[in-house]
Order: sequence, then C-alpha cells, then structure tokens
Amino acid sequence: MSGEAGPASGGPGKRGLEVVGLEVRYGPVRALRGVHLAVPRGAVAAVLGANGAGKTTLLRAVSGTLRFHRGAITSGTVSFGGSRLDGAQAAAVVRRGVVQVPEGRRVFGRMTVAENLRAGALGVPGRRAAAARERVLELFPVLAERAHQRAGLLSGGEQQMLAIGRALMAGPSLLLLDEPTLGLAPLMAARIADTVRQINAQGTSVLLVEQNAAMALALAERAYVLEVGEVTLSGPAADLAASDEVRRRYLGVGAPDTDRPVGTDPGAADGHQSHERHERTRLARWTA
Amino acid sequence: MAVFLELLVNGISVGAVYALIALGFVVIFKATEVVNFTHASLLLAGGYVIARLHPLVGFWAALAAGIAAAALVGALVEFLILRRAHVGSRGVLAIVTIGVDILLTTELTRRIGTEVLALGDPWGDRVLRLGPITVAETRVVALAVAAALIVAFLLAFKFTGWGVAMRATAEDAETAALMGVRLGRVSLSAWAVAGALAAVAAMFLCVFPTPGLDRGTAAAAMKAFPAAILGGLDSTTGALAGGLIVGVTETLMSGYQSELAFLGRGIGDAAPFLVMIVILLLRPSGLFGTKEPARV
Repeated sequence: MSGEAGPASGGPGKRGLEVVGLEVRYGPVRALRGVHLAVPRGAVAAVLGANGAGKTTLLRAVSGTLRFHRGAITSGTVSFGGSRLDGAQAAAVVRRGVVQVPEGRRVFGRMTVAENLRAGALGVPGRRAAAARERVLELFPVLAERAHQRAGLLSGGEQQMLAIGRALMAGPSLLLLDEPTLGLAPLMAARIADTVRQINAQGTSVLLVEQNAAMALALAERAYVLEVGEVTLSGPAADLAASDEVRRRYLGVGAPDTDRPVGTDPGAADGHQSHERHERTRLARWTA
Repeated sequence: MAVFLELLVNGISVGAVYALIALGFVVIFKATEVVNFTHASLLLAGGYVIARLHPLVGFWAALAAGIAAAALVGALVEFLILRRAHVGSRGVLAIVTIGVDILLTTELTRRIGTEVLALGDPWGDRVLRLGPITVAETRVVALAVAAALIVAFLLAFKFTGWGVAMRATAEDAETAALMGVRLGRVSLSAWAVAGALAAVAAMFLCVFPTPGLDRGTAAAAMKAFPAAILGGLDSTTGALAGGLIVGVTETLMSGYQSELAFLGRGIGDAAPFLVMIVILLLRPSGLFGTKEPARV
C-alpha cells in the first residue's frame, strides 16, 4: 500500500520484535522477570496489566530509555529484525525503526505543532521526513490546521494525535504505544483506535500497552497479560478476550453486577497479582 | 547630554559582548541543565590563543584559531569530564564545572603571568565621531558583530534541525531521545558553540580601550553571569536583555563615578550584581525565564 512502510534500517528477514527472558531492575527493585514476548512484522500485539505491573518498564526496555529512570536490563535480550536493541541508546533504537509514543503524550508544549513534527524526524535522514510528513497530515488533518499553534494549547485528543504523528515522522517499522487512550473521551479513544488500525494497515507493526483492555484486545492479534513483572497469560487476542480470567480481571465482565467493559483498570491502586477470590470480588466492586 | 549618549552607546556595545557570553551560559543550561561556571576560563583560553598566535599568523587567522580552540576546549570539558561524571544531581555537576574552571584558569594565568598581551586587532585606538559623541571604533565593531552573531544564533535556534533538537532536549530530554535526538551530540555542540561565542567576546573585551588580555580578563567574563541570571537562565531573549542591562548599568555607573563618589570607588563593577539581586527579588526566575512547573 504505502511506500513509506519500509523499515528504517532495512533489517534482514521478517523477524520482528523479540523479547527473550527479560529482567529489568531499578536499583534493588526488580520490575520485570523472565518476560518473553514477540511482535512479528506487520502484527499488532497488546500488553495488558494493572498500574505497576511493568508495562511501561517493558516499553522502556525496548526503546532504550530505562537509563532515564535509573533502570537497567539485568538479563535477557531485546532484538528487532534480528539485531540487538538491549544496551543501545534511545537514538540508535529509533534509527533501527522502533519508535515509542510516550505515556502521557509528552508533546513539546512550548514548540509549535509543525516543530513537534520536525522534532520527530530528527533521528532519520532529512529526505524521508517530507514523505512522512505528508502521510502524517493525511492521517491527522487537524495537525495541518494547527501547524503554527503551540502544542501545549492543543486538546488532549489533539495532543495524542500529535504524539503519534510525531513518532510516525521517523517512519517506524514498529510503533510502541503507551496508553494512547488514557484520559481521552470515549469518542476520541475510538478515533485513536481507528488510527492505530490504519497505521498497521500501512505496514507498521504495533506494540500496544493499554489499560483499556477491550480496545486493546479488539485491535491486537496477540496479547500478553503482565502481573507484577511477569507474563501470566499470553495467546491470541481472541482467546484471551474469551477467557474467564481476562474477562473477569480486565474486561470487568462475568463478575457480579457488571456486564460492561471498563475503561480504566480498577486495580490501579495496588498492582498485586493474587488470584484469590477476595481480590476478584474487590475488583468487581470497584468496577461496579 | 553628549556624555550620557556616549556612555549609553558604549554601554550597549559592552552589553552586546556580555550578551554573547550570557548566550553561551544559556545554551549550555538549556541543553544540559548544567550551570556552567567554566565559562570564564573558556573565554580566557580563546583570548590567550588569539594573543599568542597573532604575531605569527596575523590577527584574522589567530581569531579563527582562538574561536576554534575555545570551542574545542568546551567540547573537551563536556566530553571528557561532564559526560563521564555519573553524579545524580545537576548541582553537583555545576560544582564540577567550578573545579574545571579553577584548573584551567590557574594554568592560563600562570602562562600569562604579569604580562598584558595585545591582541593585534586592526582597529587600534581609532575613534568615530557621530555628531556630538565620540565612540571607539572597536566598540562599534563589537556592537555590530555581537548583534549579527546573536541574530544568526537565534535564527539557527528557531529554524535549523540543530535548534529544534536543542529546544526539544531543553524541554524534555527523554522524549527528545525517543525521537532519535542524540543527547550527547546536543550537549557537545552546546559546549562548542558556547566556547566559540566566548572567544569572540574575549577578543572584544581585550581590545581598545582595554590595554589587552591579562590575568583579570576572566573576572570580566564573570559579569556575564549576572546577565544570564537576571535574564532568566533558560531564555535566549533573557541573555540578550540581561547583557544589555549589565553593560549599560556598568558603563553608566563608572561614567558618573565622580557624581556617585559617596558610593565609593568601583561601584561600576559591583552594579551588575546589585541589579541582579534586585531583579531576582522581584522575579525569582529572571526577566524572561520560564517558571518551571514541578515535574513528578
């Protein structure tokens, strides 16, 4: 479809993101343990889990930003297209075609929308930027209208579009999305979900970290459930969506008094993974 | 009136030179959040190279060499010391820069000794008469060059990829890294640019009416520090305004020293710091500094 879908590095073969036996520590605190995960080229994978489960840490390990939080990979490997990403600087990860949209959008508020998009293309050769820019503005026409406004003045939804657009400026082969619908109105969240579908249809693989499990499972082919730093469940998204465990804990269905998917994870306050009944009932009560 | 105008023009010219130095402070602070106390010795290094080389290769080549040397010293300080100093806080790094400054300044003043080194500039002690006022040619050139450099710098900051990377890093280093910005390069280039600007400033600080480069030149460089602070450490506009305020204040206070005799001698040297204190009392983040919201 799109000529821009090609990988930034032209990596060999069809191997996508592969995370093997990953352990991450922040000083003495172990945040991830023995995590295995794969995002094949062209696929969408989702990572579910409560706050504190290690979702963001997982993305930091891939994007090379653990060092900003005094964290480090203590064992295991992260590779993309067969080449290792663990130990690489964030800028080097971007050059290999793996780009992250940070949690909380984090647009450069004092810069204009156009400058933000330009910043997104800083890691790649200039000639690719023009084509990427066209693609981004086609995806998000509102960014063209607001090109000369300060990014800090955009609405939350527009900032999320800008954050995604900015990441696409680097022409990524794999896009890492950290909670893209957090704090957005349902209509805007649905728009973002559509956009993710479109981006994927143009050939970019996506690793989506979401608390909105319903949305994530609808988008992804494969999903992983993280609990206190370990993958406790993984499989085709459809299977996970159908599993009692996931329905109860992350979709909020099947439990007494609730029959609708929840937008935000009720277990946010404590990320403990106990499977005991009392935990479940507590979750159910919170979602009601 | 003519005296006042003369002082004002001189003040603006000196202020523009201070602005060049302050701009260096600001660039380093924006790119790395480090308050760079090494600046005075970068300036001294640039001036020293110009002073030593001009008899051998002529003024212009010596100037180019001085600019390159100061940029190199700046880059080396960043690359060899700051990048490797894995200390948590920016405050500690600032103190590291004080240490580096003392080292460099000690070595350079040892080499300069008690001499006053001429820079061999082409302007000499010629003066320009503009109506009722008389201004040293060096001051006019300083004003023109400083203004041109500042405009070029601000344009680059606004429109080039380097400038965008610099501003993105200043605003949010982690996100800039996620966009593929190489933070090491940003920091290195900031130090090099600051060094180069300092060398140009050194040249103008040491030409007529100043007799030349001596061991006191580094102290003159420290006057740009209140300029950067009172303008707001993270604002390029602030550096410009701060430089001008400091330059004009200092020149006027020195010029009217006899009328201000009750304040004691040397009030011109102290005035920039007094102005800085007053402005900081009124506006704690400087005239143009951003009030940083607490980040968690």
